Formats: sequence, C-alpha cells, structure tokens
Amino acid sequence: MKAETTKEAPKKKGKKVKGPPQIVVNTAFCKGCGICVEFCPKNVLAMKGAKAVVIALDECIECMFCELRCPDFAIAVYPAEG
Amino acid sequence: MAFDYDQYLRVDRLPHIWCPGCGHGIIFKALLRSIHGLEIDKNDLMLVSGIGCASRLPGYADFNTLHTTHGRALPFATGIKVMKANLHVIVTSGDGDAVAIGGNHFIHTCRRNIDMTLIVFNNSIYGMNGGQVSPTTPYGSFASTAPWGNLSVHFDFMKLAQGAGATFVARATTYHVKLLEKVITQAIAHKGFSVVEVLEDCPTAYGRRNKMRGPVQMMKFWKDNCVMIDALDKLPLEEAKEKIPIGIFCQTTRQEFTDEQHQVAQRAMGEE
Ligand code: SF4
Ligand code: SF4
Ligand code: SF4
Repeated sequence: MKAETTKEAPKKKGKKVKGPPQIVVNTAFCKGCGICVEFCPKNVLAMKGAKAVVIALDECIECMFCELRCPDFAIAVYPAEG
Repeated sequence: MAFDYDQYLRVDRLPHIWCPGCGHGIIFKALLRSIHGLEIDKNDLMLVSGIGCASRLPGYADFNTLHTTHGRALPFATGIKVMKANLHVIVTSGDGDAVAIGGNHFIHTCRRNIDMTLIVFNNSIYGMNGGQVSPTTPYGSFASTAPWGNLSVHFDFMKLAQGAGATFVARATTYHVKLLEKVITQAIAHKGFSVVEVLEDCPTAYGRRNKMRGPVQMMKFWKDNCVMIDALDKLPLEEAKEKIPIGIFCQTTRQEFTDEQHQVAQRAMGEE
C-alpha cells in the first residue's frame, strides 16, 4: 500500500524479515476502532488519538490476532526469523 | 506471517467505506485468506453480491465480480454457475439481502443444492438502509423501526438452511477469526450448496441502539456468548440455552444441480 506508515514497511510483503518482529500500522487506513488494542493478549498496542500505535514490541508473541481482526487492512505483523 | 492481501485487492479503491470497526472487513480478509489457502486462480472465481453494506465487497476484490440487485444475488449466481460450472461462485450477502428480500431465493437455492458458497454477513439489522429490523434482529432488541424492542422471533439461519436442503451449513463470528477462515475454506471446497453465517458487529446501526457502543463491546459479546457446537452438550442445560452455538452444523452430500443438468444435457443429445 502506498500510504504512510508509522514504521518503515519491509520491502517484500509475505517474506520473513530478519531481527525482531515488526508491526506496521498503516495510519492512512487505520480507523481507530481499537479492536487490535483490546484483544492483544500482551498489551503490545495502544491507541494514540484515533490511531493504533506499538508501545511494547518486545512483548509481542506473534499470535497475529491483531492483524487477523483488523477490519481495515491497517496492521501487519512480520514475525522475527528463527 | 503478515498476509499479502494486496494481491487480491483493487488497492486503488481502498480504504473501504465501511464504518470504523465494522465486521465486514474482518470477514472479507478471512475470505481472501481462504481463497489463497485453496490456491484458487483469480480467474476461476466469481464473487457475486446483492445490495447493502456487505454487498460493496466485490468492488474491492480483484476477481470476476458482479454487483446485482437487492436480494437477487443468488439467482444471478445460479445463472453463472449453470453456464460456467467450472467457476467457484461465491455470494456475499447481508442478512436482509439473504433472508428478507432474498428469502425465497435462499430456500430454493438450498433445495437445489447447487455447488456455490453463500456467506451471510449477519449484522442483525439493516445497516445501510437505516437501522430497521431485519428477520435476524434478535427478539427483544432495538432498531429504528422497533424503538420498544423487536416483537418477532428471529430466524435461525442454521435451521433454515438445513431444513431447506443446504449440504454444508456453518456459523462463525468476527471474533473467532480462525474458525471463520476454516469454515469458509471448507464451504468453498464442499461440493454442493454451502451456507456460512457470520455473526458480526455493526456498531453504527445495531450496537449503539443496543447498549454496545463500540465494535469492541460487540466482539466481546461474541467472545462471551458463543460456544462450539460440540461443546454445548457438556454445559448445564440452563447455561447451554443461553449460548449461541458456532461451528459446523451440517456437512453431507447428495445430488448436485449442475452435475445432474450435465447428465440430462448428454441424454438429450443422445450421447448416452
Ligand atoms: S501479534 Fe499478537 S501479541 Fe503481537 S501485537 Fe498482535 S495481537 Fe499483540
Ligand atoms: S484494528 Fe485496525 S483499524 Fe482498528 S485500531 Fe487497530 S489498526 Fe486501526
Ligand atoms: S452501517 Fe453497520 S454494517 Fe454498514 S458499514 Fe456501518 S457498521 Fe458496517
């Protein structure tokens, strides 16, 4: 997606990236519903104004539920390798 | 692993028009993952819809798509399937579209057992039209046309579909996303008419009238009140009565319409 993101998106979608998990919120698409924040089991995410933001990346267990339940194609989780 | 949705989207049409937290987007994404998992070629798939918020969906999807008239998606889809039996035909429909305006078409498509998949986006109300009661608005809940509560008992989609003859019948919710993807996948793979009802949140037209102000409260409702159908027996009777069963209700086989039609055509042409 061409829209702005809070973090730099990995170049190739669907491919694993090196290092820690990367969570990308597409702020142009996020409608601030709060679903990802509410149901994250590890409180990795929070609302900042009307947008979801990552506040505790190290806690992420890569369960993918934030991505699966986001109605707006606005959050993507790229798990760490290994 | 982040899923690459863009490969199936008309990306230039996004963001979609649905309200913040609307369940339609969650179902849409599950459908795309199911199609991907089944390795169906884009050109071998036809998405058909009627009228309503959910019916906007094919406009965002990069498949063969058809946006038809209110309640008539199934007849259009039937026409396509009959002429092009090799296509996977999937109909996305709201609850009003499927069992109010299109109710008659719904039962007769079930009866025919034609090899298509119907995904019913059940938000319990007419969303786009203005929050009126639909045949799936729960008894006692509120709508713009039921300010003192709905007096009619809602349809049980699962019973209706099975009674009318559908051969794969399942229910999931927008909270239970993995189950949702699983049942849509099985529904598409099933030979015969498949009905998947998805209980979803419509915060705008339903939630705010029914003490669930936001999408989060509505998703929590599914989380707290839905139970897998196999686990229902294990609950005390009183508790089980209050729960909404989810999962696969029926999975069976019987003669399928396009197969039979093909055989008749061959007989008529004297090839048998
Ligand atoms: S992947 Fe799971 S743990 Fe990580 S942010 Fe998303 S919901 Fe939270
Ligand atoms: S679920 Fe999606 S749209 Fe809703 S707040 Fe999270 S990122 Fe934004
Ligand atoms: S009115 Fe309801 S169903 Fe329609 S887009 Fe808005 S939230 Fe979704």
